[in-house]
Amino acid sequence: MKKTVLEFDSVSFHYQAAKTSLPTAILDHVHLRVHEGEFVSIIGPSGYGKSTLFRLITGLENPDGGQILVNGEASDNRLGQVGYMPQQDLLMPWRTILENVRLPLELQGKKQAHARIIELLADFGLAGVENTYPANLSGGMRQRVSFLRTVLTGSNILLLDEPFSALDAITRLTMQEWLVDQWQKFDKTILFITHDIDEALFLSDRIFVLAEKPVQTIREIVVPLDRPRTMRNLAQPEMIELKERLISELRSEASL
Amino acid sequence: MKKLLSYTWSIAFITVLLVSWEIGARLYDKSFLFPSPSAILVKLWELKAELFIHHLPPTALTILIGLTISIVIGSALAVSMYMKKPIEQAFYPILIASQTIPIIALAPIFVLWLGYSIWSKVAVTVLITFFPITVSVFDGLRSSDRNLRELMLTMGASTKDIFFKLDIPSALPSFFSGLKVAVTLSVIGAAIGEWLGAQAGLGYFSRRMMTQFDSAAVFAPIVLLSAVGIICFLFVVWLEKIFLHWRKHQ
Repeated sequence: MKKTVLEFDSVSFHYQAAKTSLPTAILDHVHLRVHEGEFVSIIGPSGYGKSTLFRLITGLENPDGGQILVNGEASDNRLGQVGYMPQQDLLMPWRTILENVRLPLELQGKKQAHARIIELLADFGLAGVENTYPANLSGGMRQRVSFLRTVLTGSNILLLDEPFSALDAITRLTMQEWLVDQWQKFDKTILFITHDIDEALFLSDRIFVLAEKPVQTIREIVVPLDRPRTMRNLAQPEMIELKERLISELRSEASL
Repeated sequence: MKKLLSYTWSIAFITVLLVSWEIGARLYDKSFLFPSPSAILVKLWELKAELFIHHLPPTALTILIGLTISIVIGSALAVSMYMKKPIEQAFYPILIASQTIPIIALAPIFVLWLGYSIWSKVAVTVLITFFPITVSVFDGLRSSDRNLRELMLTMGASTKDIFFKLDIPSALPSFFSGLKVAVTLSVIGAAIGEWLGAQAGLGYFSRRMMTQFDSAAVFAPIVLLSAVGIICFLFVVWLEKIFLHWRKHQ
């Protein structure tokens, strides 16, 4: 059995838009476990707490009840422990690519090995752009820069929040294959929010389905595919069946 | 070359304006009331020693000191308003309200308090340039991206990190816009200050010549004053290009 790197132990959380509005319960005594080196996708309709889950893990929010254990430790100050890659690339327009990528190292006060960063940029298909500015890069390139910045936080757990949702379909396919390569190379644990079922099936070992409000139990689906995978694997009969089941499950909830 | 072409129309317009002024002034032929541009230039040349050596330095010094004080105190106030909500609530309304005070009408009181020294002129300059700088720095700080702030927090950033690596770079474009307004206003501030009473200065000299019905000599220091304003403005534009060079990539 592999080591557990992330654990929710009976976590509850509610959200209050304004002081006068009624609190909305998002999580109600939720349990979850993520193992070392796993690729887990989180899927569910909008407003069902996918992003809240990430805000809790990163430490931007703290739970009302229960415990969150990151690498076996429970603490109220989890900031700086996991790598978070937001939906928009959020690169600083006034910094060059190199300066953007090294931001987490700067914040940790670590020595910035420029040669190593330039090497990594080249591995990411970003050779020669280290001194240009984000505005000069395409959307796909900016997402790769943003991903490298997340990797350089040095955390073993990476949270990716719909990183490819703003990309066109073709770029998206390339980026998905690329992400799997990088994940295997860097040996990280990845949690990946998406609302695209194909994307979740293609990328993940397990899929967490958030399909109730508030979430009480997270439904888990183990993807029955070996690696390496290709898009063609998704056309297998059992995969199509799994996809149908997921869609009907999500739809019954979304139509309410 | 292309850049020069974009100025074609404004150069043409100014030429037409100057030529008609010259013709008009010559036809009217009362140079003590309505001097021609060429007469002003001649006057400027005749008075060059007095203007440049005697009157330009005190005015330039007033502008320099006034702007420096405004930048230092204005930015400090903007940062404290941004950092502490109570300070914002205390000062922001006052800051806005202070703009409804007719500053020119207030200027004599500074002479009363600070005498005919340079400080009464500096006070007027500060009063007139303080507002654009404070407001532009404050708005610039507030424009920093909340999502980026949260991302930096997840990377373990401290408040100091966020201030220096996010807030200040975010505020710079707005600060430079405010500074451009402030440098042009500072010339006006210094000139007004000098009207009220001074021993030297371009504003003072211009006003003194008015009492002598020498209108060409009234205009000559004004030409010089606007030249100072334009040079200061271009200097800020140059600084902006250096600090915000990333913007040309957008």
